[in-house]
Amino acid sequence: MSNLAKQGEGQSQIPATTSVKVGMGLGKQKKTPSLKPNKNGFWKRLSKQKALILMSLPFVLWLIVFKYIPIGGWVMAFQDYKPQFGLLEQKWVGWEHFKDLFDEPMFYRALENTIGMGVLGLVFGTITAIGFALLLNELRFITFKKWTQTISYLPHFVSWVIVANIVITMLSQDGVINNLLMGLGIINNPIAFMSNPDLFWGIVTAADVWKETGWNAIIYLAAMAGVDPQLYEAAKVDGASRWRQMWHITLPSIRAVIIVLLILNIGNLINIGFEKQMLLGNNIVAEKALVIDLYALDYGIGMFRYSFGTAIGIFKSVVSIILILICNGFAKRIGEGRVF
Amino acid sequence: MKKKKWTMFDIVLTIFMIFVLVVTLYPFLNIMAISLNNAIDTARGGIHIWPREFTFANYQEIFGSNDRLLQAFMMSILRTVVGTITGIIASTMLAYTLSRRDFVFNRLVGFMLVITMFIGGGLIPEYMLIRNLGLINEFAVYILPMLISAFNVIIIRSFMDNLPIALEESAKIDGANDFTIFWRIIIPLCMPVIATIALFLAVGQWNSWFDTYLYARGNEALTTLQYELMKILDNTNISGGDITSQNAEVIAGQTNPQSIKMAITIIATIPIIMVYPFLQKYFVTGLTLGAVKS
Repeated sequence: MSNLAKQGEGQSQIPATTSVKVGMGLGKQKKTPSLKPNKNGFWKRLSKQKALILMSLPFVLWLIVFKYIPIGGWVMAFQDYKPQFGLLEQKWVGWEHFKDLFDEPMFYRALENTIGMGVLGLVFGTITAIGFALLLNELRFITFKKWTQTISYLPHFVSWVIVANIVITMLSQDGVINNLLMGLGIINNPIAFMSNPDLFWGIVTAADVWKETGWNAIIYLAAMAGVDPQLYEAAKVDGASRWRQMWHITLPSIRAVIIVLLILNIGNLINIGFEKQMLLGNNIVAEKALVIDLYALDYGIGMFRYSFGTAIGIFKSVVSIILILICNGFAKRIGEGRVF
Repeated sequence: MKKKKWTMFDIVLTIFMIFVLVVTLYPFLNIMAISLNNAIDTARGGIHIWPREFTFANYQEIFGSNDRLLQAFMMSILRTVVGTITGIIASTMLAYTLSRRDFVFNRLVGFMLVITMFIGGGLIPEYMLIRNLGLINEFAVYILPMLISAFNVIIIRSFMDNLPIALEESAKIDGANDFTIFWRIIIPLCMPVIATIALFLAVGQWNSWFDTYLYARGNEALTTLQYELMKILDNTNISGGDITSQNAEVIAGQTNPQSIKMAITIIATIPIIMVYPFLQKYFVTGLTLGAVKS
């Protein structure tokens, strides 16, 4: 729950605003004896805040219906859910679906693929984003820098359907990559990229890097903009090269941001989604493309095994929450949590 | 002497960045060239960034002869417009109540919202919910489930927290109620952040295909550009999936699904190219702020 604690911190960072607001806006009310203003104050505020309550009520209801009821739907995993009956008229089966799940070899394959692509994405995504931000930060010609940055966001805004189309087109037998490799004499025959299971993780990672590097660099660039220029001046006087300045000044200066983002991303390691795998995958590479979400989708909806699919989803949520909690605890421990 | 000397480092760096730009842009230019090239000629290969036998036939197929693709285009626009407007109204209202620290349920509502960032029901319970609500094959399935995102609400709230509140106070003294303050004072001041969130919402709506695939594929009227593109991709992608081939009818005359796929890709990309560069200033600060706050 340390994320919530962070949220709490976020709120307590603004006491200045709050107190001003209370001091000015509720000044009249505050004239009542201040010893037990809580109960009186609460009802008074309640009646004065009808508009605010009306403004939040529809969305609180929305949260309950669209976010909390599905969490309540987790009970399906302990039943043999049949859609024609109500949620409470179902047959209860206890942990049976989880036992089935852990006995299923397919589940371990899905887990392996999820973690494999998750780790690859995390490692290469982080390295390329930091690298790109570092290099962009060194560009002298401002107009060129701005254009490069703007263009680098483009792939982030297009859908995975479009990116999948692009990747499949570029990697096809007569696509530009094969032409280039053959033209350079590196290979003699075109490589069938999309139908080689061993290449699938790499292709997904490369597609991810192509799509998100520019976007992910934003936050590192913002951090770099805050580095004290005097540090660079001093380094120049000492005769440090640009590489050494990047390595010894820029990188250490954004260390906190790197660590926090890394920790947040590790917390989300298992939440890699399924879009890329679903769109780039095909029958030939299916063994490498099956991730947990796709597994839940195939079994849960495709085969109408709703309870089993729910159990898969619960497993994923629980692992994800544990990861997030561990990472947050870790962030607090090493004292970088305060950055956020 | 403001201009510094260009060193070897700068030259290598610039060349590298040009390479990055080429890698980013080439696929789009290549697909654009193919979409503007005669489909039969394209099969011979060798199209790079310029069409060889120029034609609009692929686009005519989408906007003229093929009713389903035109309908998909209109539906993509409709869901984007409706989804963005409703999403903005919902998230700004909720963010305003959360930015009011004196609001009695501030903590409770904020807590309920933030929880959703970490725990979700998962695919199957959400699917069952949509089914039980009777939203399958209804337009509302594009709007309602995506109405609020906690991340967006937090970005907007952070922005509202930094607004000068003297204005709000003077309005209150004038006897304005909270809704009037929200509508007359807060909303106009929030335009930069609203522009950012509107971009996120619009892009999300324009790009989504999975909700059509899962919830609305039984209703042809609800098909979208992204979903049509996904279907062509799926058919040509060796895998059968569980979608039957509906694209055979497209093959006619001078076009084929491959080239139409490229034209759809361009049509789906152009609105994005026309919008995001102009909102860049806003979303960069919005994103940085949001990340710092959350």
